[in-house]
Amino acid sequence: MHPNLSFEQAPPISVPFRFFLTAPLFGIAAGVLLAVEGGDMLASRWMPALLAATHFIVAGFMLQAMTGALMQFIPVAAGGNIWRPRWVAGFVHPLSILALLFLVAAFLTQRPPLFFAAGLGFALALGFFVLVAGLALWRTPAKGATIVALRIAVFGLAATLILGVMLTSALAQGSAPVLTLVDIHLAWGLAGWALMLLAGVSYFVVPMFQLTPPYPTWFARSLPFALLAFLLPWSAQLLGVPAAGRQALGLAGLALGAAYALATLWLQSRRRRKLTDTTFLFFRTAMLSLIALFLSALAFASVPGLAETPRAAVWLGMLAIPGVFVSAIMGMLYKIVPFLCWLHLQRLCGLAVLPPTMHEILAEQAMRRQFHLHLATLVCLLAAVWLPLLARPAGLLLAADCAWLGANLIAAVRAFRAFRNRIRAAA
Amino acid sequence: MALTEPLHEHHKYCDDLFAGAEAAAAAGDWPAADARLAQFREELENHFHTEETLLFPSFEAATGMIGGPTQVMRLEHAQMRELVEQMERALERREGSGFAGAAETLLILMQQHNLKEENILYPMCDRGLASQAEALGTALQERLKAKCLTSD
Repeated sequence: MHPNLSFEQAPPISVPFRFFLTAPLFGIAAGVLLAVEGGDMLASRWMPALLAATHFIVAGFMLQAMTGALMQFIPVAAGGNIWRPRWVAGFVHPLSILALLFLVAAFLTQRPPLFFAAGLGFALALGFFVLVAGLALWRTPAKGATIVALRIAVFGLAATLILGVMLTSALAQGSAPVLTLVDIHLAWGLAGWALMLLAGVSYFVVPMFQLTPPYPTWFARSLPFALLAFLLPWSAQLLGVPAAGRQALGLAGLALGAAYALATLWLQSRRRRKLTDTTFLFFRTAMLSLIALFLSALAFASVPGLAETPRAAVWLGMLAIPGVFVSAIMGMLYKIVPFLCWLHLQRLCGLAVLPPTMHEILAEQAMRRQFHLHLATLVCLLAAVWLPLLARPAGLLLAADCAWLGANLIAAVRAFRAFRNRIRAAA
Repeated sequence: MALTEPLHEHHKYCDDLFAGAEAAAAAGDWPAADARLAQFREELENHFHTEETLLFPSFEAATGMIGGPTQVMRLEHAQMRELVEQMERALERREGSGFAGAAETLLILMQQHNLKEENILYPMCDRGLASQAEALGTALQERLKAKCLTSD
């Protein structure tokens, strides 16, 4: 069933790296937008500039990193065969960026044709990606909780895409979209796609990076279905099902996220590896943000009127997006990128020459410093939700945070290239 | 009990020894790091040797799969041996950062190697070598398990 355990299944390094290296650019763009627009942008989740900045992160930073990671993870860890990975990446990567640029321009200028172009671009790029990734995951002989979570995550991406295209189509026709649709779109995007993928990958990497016990099997297997059990009734709002239990349902969805975060922190507290590395710190930040997200929603729900405050929703978004997902992705990139560099170099030199170690490719201290900036960025972004004066500095910090991540990743790629060229010259 | 069970347990044991050596080096406790790395190396070598001279040849003989998954595992053993040597050289020179860099790389390589063995190769061995399960299981146990129990 698994005749091949070899490295040959891994795609060329350029396939994941083209996604990883462009991801930080969109974080920078979101920060610059906030710095330019200032405090008004955070007054409500419906501010066009905030919608633009949010999509710079979710459909730029996060989407790039997550598609790149899947292109690597599916063949290597899930045993799935991605059809012509270089070709797929060459299509999905530029087209998804183009679609994002149309979408951001559409939010900022409110021009219907731009919404149409964005919807079309994403439909083509992500529709194709869903097809290829879904097929690979469908056919893989591998089993287990990770595979189940990844399959549902790709389904979640498809649902997010379809809902997003419905929204852009409405806007392209100049009509106001159904607002319920926005809430369903974001639930599928954040819970059905992003959290599902994060959970599936965590099952694999949390024990691996920190030598923790594995997630309990019952938990790992039931979490993806529990998330689905939240998303399906949540989506039924669209069919006119009364929204009476809406708040309770939303809280239940966030409680699932908090349960995953608590499980992860509990496992990490039982880790056998004593060393605290930067990835671990990023991951812990993400998990604490996920718990804070649930507690905030609970607090908003228990104080009458607070949940309806426009800034309350912005606070939740700030915890979920930069707090949970940007932190987790930064931490993951800091493991994946240097390890892939090492692995590809190792393969190139055989056993005769030693490639530089992961820390020589990307210095721990450089990652650690960027982590501290990231923490400061998060604090400032969260404070700026309530103190508009802080919005511009928070935007600048976010831009600097992502620029530093990008610089660190580029330094790793430079180290990779320098060593590769030396080997080639010697050969 | 699956015949490869002692190998699963021994992976965990090697992980612990690795973590101990890494923690000692990070704390700058060089004598402890020396001792723990030596112990880790010995157990890792014991594990590799057991697989390469006992499990893999039996699997290859029973299934005819030569140059397949066992060959990939042998290659990864060689890669890991290189990294352990790199750690040793850094430790001799008392270079904490060089040690940590090699250790970090080894950890990920070793973990993904273990996952491949535990999820794919060992189950293949359990099935393919079912007729010799008892003899092989006992032999593996003798070579590996004794150490886990006495050194704790």
